[in-house]
Amino acid sequence: MLKAVLGALVPLLAAVVAFAFGAIMLLALGASPLEGLNAMLDGAFGSGSRLAATAVKATPLILVGAGITIAFRTSVINIGGESQIIAGALLSTVVALTLPDLPAFILVPLVLLAGAAGGAVLGAIPGALKAYASVNEILSTIMLNLVMVQFMNFLLRGPLIDPFELEAGTRIPQTQRLSDNAALPTLIDGTRLHIGVPVAIIAAVAAYLILWRTPTGFRLRAVGHSPEAARAAGISVKRNVTLAMALSGSLAGIAGSILVFGSEGQRMVTDGSAAGFTGSAGFNGIVAALFGGLHPLWTIPSAMLFGALLTGATQLQRVLQVPAALAVALNGIVVIFVISSTPVRGWLQRSLADSGLFSRSSNRVEAD
Amino acid sequence: MGDFFTLSVLVATAASAIRLATPYLLASLGETIGQRSGVLNLGVDGVMLLSAFFSYWTVLGTGNLWLAVLVGLVVGLAMGVLYGVITVRLSATQGISGIGIFIFGLGLSDLLFRQLVGTPKPVRRLPNVDVPILSDIPHLGEALFQRNLLTYLAFLLVPATALLLSRTTFGLNIRSVGENPQAADSLGVSVERTRFVAILIGNAMAGLAGAALVLQLGIFQPNLTQGLGFIAVALVYFGAWRPVGVMGGALLYGLVNATVLQWKALGIIPVSGSDLANMAPAVLTILALIVLARRVHAPAALTKPFTRH
Repeated sequence: MLKAVLGALVPLLAAVVAFAFGAIMLLALGASPLEGLNAMLDGAFGSGSRLAATAVKATPLILVGAGITIAFRTSVINIGGESQIIAGALLSTVVALTLPDLPAFILVPLVLLAGAAGGAVLGAIPGALKAYASVNEILSTIMLNLVMVQFMNFLLRGPLIDPFELEAGTRIPQTQRLSDNAALPTLIDGTRLHIGVPVAIIAAVAAYLILWRTPTGFRLRAVGHSPEAARAAGISVKRNVTLAMALSGSLAGIAGSILVFGSEGQRMVTDGSAAGFTGSAGFNGIVAALFGGLHPLWTIPSAMLFGALLTGATQLQRVLQVPAALAVALNGIVVIFVISSTPVRGWLQRSLADSGLFSRSSNRVEAD
Repeated sequence: MGDFFTLSVLVATAASAIRLATPYLLASLGETIGQRSGVLNLGVDGVMLLSAFFSYWTVLGTGNLWLAVLVGLVVGLAMGVLYGVITVRLSATQGISGIGIFIFGLGLSDLLFRQLVGTPKPVRRLPNVDVPILSDIPHLGEALFQRNLLTYLAFLLVPATALLLSRTTFGLNIRSVGENPQAADSLGVSVERTRFVAILIGNAMAGLAGAALVLQLGIFQPNLTQGLGFIAVALVYFGAWRPVGVMGGALLYGLVNATVLQWKALGIIPVSGSDLANMAPAVLTILALIVLARRVHAPAALTKPFTRH
């Protein structure tokens, strides 16, 4: 019981510590913390359209975060969210460029599937390298992030660049405006809320169902709990490690597709960095997943919170001229704090016996 | 291609390779010490970003390069204290803690740069210092012995680190807590203290690497490292946890980077292909990891927190 209380306190304490750090930073930068908080709350929740913007910001975090829970529950550390997002975006962009005239009810699902496929490939590669060649997946996913940024730059500055950018000589690395038939339909007029948001939520629920309600999920978690025991039970560790990374990557890939076809410009654009396109969702998704206790369903509200932090930080920059990078620093603090606390460590190394949301008390594993 | 194989271009490429290898080498040697004690630090990139920013800011304000180097070192040490508390005292999962440090460093350096500096302004760079006599050797002297003091320091730290690990009691302690902390503990070696000090040394060197990076470039911008710190971590695997091997890896990376730069300048790599050429270091790392993964022996207790039972 005490452990259950402690477990619930971790995200709360992490939030408090991050908040205190943010306040100190604001003071150091000569801004009032109260005005800062006010601006952030206003920016994140101040109106219907701002709430919608927050939900849209949270969408890639939900997807990446849900994917992260699948990988981490299989004891595979997927740091390659950035590369998987980029791969999904690129593949879905190519699909929309190739088949622009397909009707929307085919093209929209098709670009999302293409995104999933692109991300799955970029997840399966480091997964297979870990499984079949003993290559450390943390290092390989980070290296693939670096590779995919350059590949994206190459395509967006070369083969895929908007012909207008060449004509005008401005050479912004971006594609032309993609087919309107691929645009994610808006749910509420006058806001940016598009179907990407429910798609992400459905994907997170699916991740939960796969992990805890299917034999596949049982095998994944068995491998995550103890590869030796799983092997002894006749479960292929190699295949499941690869599968976990592919699933994890596919969710990030869908996020990439949503970043393109849910954007106002309806195109893929970067500034030459990974974050220029992804907004660092590949990393922030990890933060959301950890904050959500590595549970796909808890990742949804957790991602909303970090989405709010991002839209709030934009408003902070607008009102108080405090750089929005503050949100990134705060994310780092949250990771450090959550990971340093014993209960979360327990979650990470947890038994396969738990059944997730509906028996959360059993999740508070006895710390080693 | 013919333009590349002229003596002056080759000497210039070699010189630039050694210069570019410096931050890799400093960070990788530090990471080697940490990993030999059983602690993986993935936060190197974040530490480098923070120390690079503070070094840059110091030069911008004071014009004093050596104060800037010192500041870089101190920032590294401070981050080392943080990382030591997280991973050694609190036994947090190392891989993800490091990612937390990375994100924190990335965000904070970006924030401080935008707030305190705004637009990138060039600052003084580390001057090259000729080594007496040796720098007069034709060509070789120009490539090897007309470099800056941090480059010399980085290469001197290779034998120093090797000696520390192989010939000193502290080095023996580091290796023993990295291989078998239970046994080391039973022999009276403090696993906590040994790992903590190894982390401090490693982070201080990452801090120096950040200072070297920014003071060789003479300019800072957000995300200056662009993953350099992560490649430095990979170089430790590449070098099989040995300082000399790590140096080989750092030099190879310096050479790849320098060659790509030189080939771009000479037009051997067309402008349209320069992004593809930039993929080279990371692709090379993945290939190296595939080849080496099963041939090298990692410290047995790497990434495993130690708790007394």
